[in-house]
This record gives sequence, C-alpha cells and structure tokens, in this order.
Amino acid sequence: KRVRDTRTKLAPAYHLILEGILILWIIRLLFSKTYKLQERSDLTLKEKEELIEEWQPEPLVPPVPKDHPALNYNIVSGPPTHIITVNGKECINFASFNFLGLLNNEKVKSAAQASLKKYGVGTCGPRGFYGTFDVHLELEERLAKFMRTEEAIIYSYGFATIASAIPAYSKRGDIVFVDEAACFAIQKGLQASRSNIKLFKHNDMADLERLLKEQETEDQKNPRKARVTRRFIVVEGLYMNTGDICPLPELIKLKYKYKVRIFLEESLSFGVLGEHGRGITEHFGINIDDIDLISANMENSLASIGGFCCGRSFIIDHQRLSGQGYCFSASLPPLLAAAAIEALNIMEDSPDIFQTLRAKCERIHKALQGISGLKVVGESFSPALHLQLEESCGSRENDVKLLKRVVDYCMNSGIALTQARYLEKEEKCLPPPRTRTGQICVELDCCFLIPLSHIIRISVLHCIVTSRFFH
Amino acid sequence: MANPSAVCNGHLHHHHHQKQNNLLKSGISKKNGITKGMKKNGVSNGTLYKKTFIEHFEQAPMYVAVFTFVGFAVGTIFGYLRDFMRAWGLEKRNIAAEREQQKDFVPLYQDFENFYTRNLYLRIRDNWNRPICSVPGPQFDLMERVTDDYNWTFRFTGRTIKNVINMGSYNYLGFAETDVNALKTVTIELEKYGTGVCSTRQEMGTLDKHVELEKLVATFLGVEDAMVFGMGFATNSMNIPALVGKGCLILSDELNHTSLVLGARLSGATIRIFKHNNMQSLEKLLRDAIVYGQPRTHRAWRKIIILVEGIYSMEGSIVRLPEIVSLKNKYKAYLYLDEAHSIGAVGATGRGVVEYFGMSPDDVDVLMGTFTKSFGAAGGYIAGKKGLVDFLRTHSHSAVYATSMCPAVAEQIIRAMKCLMGLDGTTQGLQRVRQLEKNTRYFRRKLHEMGFIIYGNDDSPVVPLLLYMPGKIGAFARRMLEKNIGVVVVGFPATPITESRARFCVSAAHTREMLDTVLNALDELGDFLHLKYSRYSKSSHPELYEESRLELED
Repeated sequence: KRVRDTRTKLAPAYHLILEGILILWIIRLLFSKTYKLQERSDLTLKEKEELIEEWQPEPLVPPVPKDHPALNYNIVSGPPTHIITVNGKECINFASFNFLGLLNNEKVKSAAQASLKKYGVGTCGPRGFYGTFDVHLELEERLAKFMRTEEAIIYSYGFATIASAIPAYSKRGDIVFVDEAACFAIQKGLQASRSNIKLFKHNDMADLERLLKEQETEDQKNPRKARVTRRFIVVEGLYMNTGDICPLPELIKLKYKYKVRIFLEESLSFGVLGEHGRGITEHFGINIDDIDLISANMENSLASIGGFCCGRSFIIDHQRLSGQGYCFSASLPPLLAAAAIEALNIMEDSPDIFQTLRAKCERIHKALQGISGLKVVGESFSPALHLQLEESCGSRENDVKLLKRVVDYCMNSGIALTQARYLEKEEKCLPPPRTRTGQICVELDCCFLIPLSHIIRISVLHCIVTSRFFH
Repeated sequence: MANPSAVCNGHLHHHHHQKQNNLLKSGISKKNGITKGMKKNGVSNGTLYKKTFIEHFEQAPMYVAVFTFVGFAVGTIFGYLRDFMRAWGLEKRNIAAEREQQKDFVPLYQDFENFYTRNLYLRIRDNWNRPICSVPGPQFDLMERVTDDYNWTFRFTGRTIKNVINMGSYNYLGFAETDVNALKTVTIELEKYGTGVCSTRQEMGTLDKHVELEKLVATFLGVEDAMVFGMGFATNSMNIPALVGKGCLILSDELNHTSLVLGARLSGATIRIFKHNNMQSLEKLLRDAIVYGQPRTHRAWRKIIILVEGIYSMEGSIVRLPEIVSLKNKYKAYLYLDEAHSIGAVGATGRGVVEYFGMSPDDVDVLMGTFTKSFGAAGGYIAGKKGLVDFLRTHSHSAVYATSMCPAVAEQIIRAMKCLMGLDGTTQGLQRVRQLEKNTRYFRRKLHEMGFIIYGNDDSPVVPLLLYMPGKIGAFARRMLEKNIGVVVVGFPATPITESRARFCVSAAHTREMLDTVLNALDELGDFLHLKYSRYSKSSHPELYEESRLELED
C-alpha cells in the first residue's frame, strides 16, 4: 500500500514535468510567429542610402508638343472690342464675352482714369488690412441695390468668387447636388469644400428629385446626422458649357419641398437676361430672396475684372471671414471697381440695351440654323452660342482639328471665333468640342450678322469637303 | 516653455561668428524648431550661406503665457455668459437671422462654429477692414467710422482722418503712388485698352501687353520664360494642381499661405507638413518618403515637391534657401518658391530671396511671385524653365478658365519693373531697394533696443511685434490710430493662440520722420501697455541715427 502510495505520488511529478514541457512548447509555438516578425530588421543606413540613390522621380512637367494649339496663342493687339486685331489681322470679334460692349466705353474709361488718378493702381493689401477702399464699399452697395438684395461682396477675381463661396458654407460631410454641366470654377469650389457631391443630369429635374428622394430615405435612417448635414443645390443661370438656362421655377419648388439651399452662378446671365439685366431670377420673375446665394463675375457684361456674391446679409456676411479668396487675397484694384460702378450706371440708365442684345442674339441664332454639318447649341437668347459638329468624325482629336479649321477659315475671312477650351483630363463631364461665338455685341451693326452665318456656312463646307478629301 | 538662457537681440552680428551661432542656438524658441538648424548652419555656414543669417524668435517670459491664457479664459467665460443671456432673451440678439420661410432648414452655421467670432473677435472688430479713401502710400486717409452697438454695426461719420502713417500696406517699394509722371504710361494704356479683357488666355484674351509683360518678367528674374495670372492667390491655387497630382508628394512648410495650402489640397497629392523653416524636419520627411514610398501600396512616389515662401508674412522670417536647395538636389525633389512678399523687397537689386542668398534662379524649379505687393499692382507670375512655362500655358486652370489680366494693371507692373531694372534711365529703382533695406534695418534695430520682442530676419521688411495677450490687440491698434498711425494686428487663428501680434510693413516710401514718429509712439505705448517683454534689450537709451538722411525723390 505504501509502495503504491509513493508511486501515485511520483507519477504526477513526471506528469507535471511533462506537462510543464508541453506548456512551454505551446507557449513557444504561440510566440514563435512574433519571433519571426521581430527577426525582420529595419533597413540599415546603407540600404536607405541605396534606396535614396536609386529613386528617380518623374520630370516636374512632361514635355509639351511644340504644335500644341494652346502654345500658339492668338495674340490680340489693341483693345478686344467688337473690331479686334488678331495676329495682325483685323476681324469682327465674335469671341469675347463683352456682351454689352462696355469694354471700350468712354464713360467707363474716364471713371477708371479718375480713379487711377486718385488711388493709383494696386491696393497693396487684403480687405482686412487697409485694402478696403471707399470704392469697394460703394460698388458692393450698388451691386446689392441693383440686384435688389440686402448685401453684396466683391472678389478680386471672377474665378475665385464661386470657388471661394461654396467652401465657405459647405464643409466636409455636407451634401451638394450639382448639375453635371457646371463650369470649372464650381467644380473647383466643390472640390475645395470636400463635401459629398451628387451630380444630376444636365437640367434634368426628375433626376435631381430622384437624388433628393434617395437622400430623404437616407436621412430617415439617421435623423441625428441629417439634422446637421447642410445641403445645397448648385446650378448656373446660363450654362457656360451648354448655352442653356436652368429651370429655376422647378428648382425652387424642389428647394422648399426637400429643404435644400440654392446657390446660383450667374456669370453669363448677369447683365444679359431679364428686362433690366438682373439675370435669370428676373427672366423668370422669381423673388430673389428665394435664392440663397447668387454669384457672378464682373468680367463679362460689366467688362471689368473680379466677381461678386449677393444675397441676404445672414448669408453673405459670413464670407467676410470665411471666403478664402476674399480674406487672403489683395483686394480689387480701385480703378476696376470704379469701372464696374460706371458700367452699372450705364446698365441702369439704358435698360433697352438688354432688349437690343436679346434681339441680336435671336437673330444670329436664327441665321446660324441649318448649316449642314453644324448645329447650334443653346437658347436662342443666349449671347454665347456653341456650334457643334452634327456628326463626330470618329475621335475627339479629329473633331477638334476640324473645328479649328472652321475657326481658322473664319479668321481669314475676317471673323474671329474661338474654340471653347477645356482641360480634358480635369473636367468632370467633358462637353463635346465646340466653337464658341462668345460676343454678340450690342454695338455691332446688324448688317454684320449675315456675313457671319454666310462665312461659317462656307467655311464648314470647305472644311468638311477638304477633310473628307484628306481622309 | 521660456528658455532661461535665451540670448537674442539685434546686435549679435558684432560678435564672433561661431559664438554667435551658439548664442542664437539658445536664444531661439524650440517651437520654431530652428535650434538644430542653427547648429547645422554653424557648421556649413561657410559653404552654404554667403552672409550671416540671423533670425530671432525670442520666447516671452512665463508669466506672459499665463496671462495670455487667463485673458482667453476670461473672454471665453464671458462669451458663454452672454450667449446664455442671448438665448434667454436677456440681451438683444444683433445677429442677422435666418429667413422666416427657411427656419426649418438645416442651420447654415452651427452655433459653436461662430463662438469665437461672435464673442471675442467682435469686441475688437473695429481694428480690421478700416476703409481708406486715398492711395495706400506711406500715408493714407481713413474714413472715420463709429459704432453705436459695440461693433455689431458701423456708421460712417463722413469725416476723414487725414495723413495717417501707413504701417500696414505691402507697399514695400513705394510703387503705390499717384504721381502723374510715374503713371503716365498706365494712363495711356488704360485709355487705349479699357479695363476688361472679356476672355481667357487660351481663347481670345492674350493681349500684346501680356506678352510684353511676360518677356519682361522673365528677363527681370533671369529665367527662360514666365507666365502671368490675374490674381496672386489664384496663381498658387490654380497652378499647383497642374504640376502635381495623385501619387505625388507635397512637402509644405507649416506656415505656408492659404493659397498654397488650397492649391496643394486641390491637386489631390499627398501633403506632409514640416516645421517652419526647419531643415531637420524637412530632411527627415524627404528620407522617409523616398525610403518607404507611398503609404499602404509602398510604391515609389512619382515626384516630390517642396512648397516654401520667400518671406513668411506673419513671422518675418526668410526661407533657408541654400539649405533647401542642397536638400532638394540631394533627394531629387522639386522646389516651388512663393516670393509673394520677397520679390522686390529683398536682394541687392530687388530680385527676391534668390538674389538675397546670392544663388542662381536655376536652383529653384518653380519661381512664383505676386505683383500685389512690391509692384503696387495685382496678379501673380510663375517663372522658370521654358518647358515648365509651356506646360502651364497648356494646362494651367487659370489659362483655360479665368479672364486674363487687365492691361492697365499689366502696364503698372511693367513700369515698376522697368524702374527697378533701371530701364527707365534712372537709378530710382535701385534707390528704392536700398532705402527699403535701410528703413528695415533702422526700424528693426530701434524696436530691439526699446525692448520689444520682434520676430524674424533682420533684413525682412515684415516686422511682427509680439503682443501676446488678447486684450492688448484692440488696445494697441486703437491707441496707435489715436496717434495717427495705421497698424495691422493679428491674433488667433492667423497666429498661434498665445502669439497675437502687430505687424508692420516697412516701405521705401517711409521717410525717417515717419519712422521716428512711429517709433516714438511705440516707445510710449510700449511702456503704457507693458509690451517690452524682451529680456535682452541692449540699451534703454536708443542711440541717435547717425547716417545721413536719404530721401526718395531726388
């Protein structure tokens, strides 16, 4: 019995040792992976040096082919008014956005001269640091009054206006519904805002409503998030890329139905549409307070430089501390502000220029109809017309070449047109290649209109025939 | 926080070279990270720097930091109190309100987002956006405005405050002027071209004036080609995205201007920040970037670009260009130099920091600058190799989508640049550069002597004077205006929260009398507001200026 006892005592001891070894083995197995990881040593200094030695960056910029169309600018000598000298040849100008012909206006010029005499050229500072001049305040007041809004704010660069305004309100996590034909400045503003962007088909209200509904169901799932997610619709009054207008009355219905704010870009429609040139809101007879923010540049109709936003003070004033292009840039040279004020004076004093412009637009639109091979894109009252190939000749490149020949032919015949330029890789939805007749100037005598369509007709025929020949 | 052995003042350059670096090493704030950089500078000074490079970032005494935080705390507590009172209707709400019809929309602003603006900025809002009604020359006229509701709204009295000394505008060379003879060509061009252009560079907006200006800029800078743009801010934000993109790395100084930051963000490239002017920090980022490649994929970076400014507008510091160039050559990175404040303002003939350090323009890959400051105009340029500029002509967002520069503004730049280059047949341009250098040195030296803490390089015409406490921002600017001196004050968020400051921009157009008036006023106010924090002022009795007086118009 005793022996058995010692046995029973001894046996567990062996077990214990064995089990102990096993446990140690398991532990080793468990940690063996980590051992291997630890074995992976960091790069030695020498290896790092080798890597640094080896690395070859891409060149700063890729080479540009010498015949790139953008490298061979049309050089304009003298003022780009309705008669323009391009590369030494005098042409009738259908290529600039000088819709009201104010670029060379004597009154505007003398206002600018007077300002130059008093203030010099530059402002030498941003608005915050002694860059606010009395003319800036006057221009802001005048613009607000003209547009019948509470407040206006001016920027020193047209492009920077909407591109700064959007990110001032729309932040990360907010939602922006935007027309896919929106201009590049809007695209950049949206990118800077880092908001959630939803593109709807151009002027397709059903598509927009579909997106809004989708969002509504999304919101019901997460109401807490929905309460702080700001939402905006960004549209253009008169689209730069298509030449047509946005269906504003429907947009406003959607605005109140889905509680979305509307930002409206009016660079082309300001000073063009409406009885008094107040833009698309006047064109549709819409209360301007229904639009949360209107932005436009002063570089087209007003024939100056810069841009402005207008709306209710509740909204606009926020940009004075949050609009990056406003706070961190030098303010608009006073002479340009003075020119814009004078241009506004002219717009207010002679409201019939808008009717004249409209009549001319319609007339030219009509005259350009029915050219074989080309179609006119856009509204009949849009002062920027796009001519587009009816049938593509296969590739974008060939289309661009063909249109370039049309433009060159017109230029030789004394009519300046321009191809609408795009950064093909950067655009969200690249419009097809087009020729733009930007300017339909009110000072232009109507007898010019007939030769325009005539020459385009001939040039198209000429180009299409020769291109077929070459193929 | 404060360095007990800090030794730093404007007279270090009298000391022995090596000792000077040691002294500075201890005198420079760690926050700015220059401590180590200086040490390196001490070793390689002979090869990289052609002249001594001194920058000051003196730390304030500890009690200043404490009181600064107390100041903000008091302001914040009162802010909450008043927000509470407004919420309960005990205080009138002056804030513009949402439209009745849109009350049920998602609020456009969150209340806390505007807390700082509503409760702290508003109290001293009268010191910004002061409207002027004359040329922003060495003296200007201010429109007097008053407030009846504690800065919620302003009312103009119709009076003007005449001949206020302008210490705020970036008019470094004094080209913001209305002299009829000087502006003669501008007048002619304005008469000829009108104001607008109404088209983009790539469509129908390239005028002969633009071509002339671009050629002149390239000659002025000594590079192959240059392109000009209508707005300085947009020059950065619309061109950086053309140069870099996905798979590229941007190394950006922490104090870079918003336009550079925006451009970097829009480009889609990865951005990493290095400490202000700190070469160790930059080198570490460069090494790590090349060794480890892109995050996650570990692919090699397509290219690395370093974004720096010539003179930093809030610090007054000058970029350590020689070191950066040697780093970028070593690591095959590219360098984008924004000379917004430095072009015209430093360098023996006003050609910016490249000339200041005696380097070649070829050392920098992308030279960017603005015309707003030294040239008294508007717009910006990018200059460099022909390949670079050709690429921008075809790919810059600005060239394709933005209206080109007003021809009269272009003419202002041309005439200022010609004057600077001596092409107008006078030495007036050169005199302005010299005068600016003299004024800068004089003004900075005097401030050091009076015992103010001022930041930056001895040669930088941007002179930040540290105020620290939030309460002193308003007091300082208002009292200076009472003495007929217009100053710029800045606080959070433009500066770190503890480092509110006043900033002076010295101009070549400032006469000695003007500077002395400002200095006397500052001396008086410095005592009154206890702003003389520096513990290393050399003399309490400012010595008299002994050099012969030099006026501009001769």
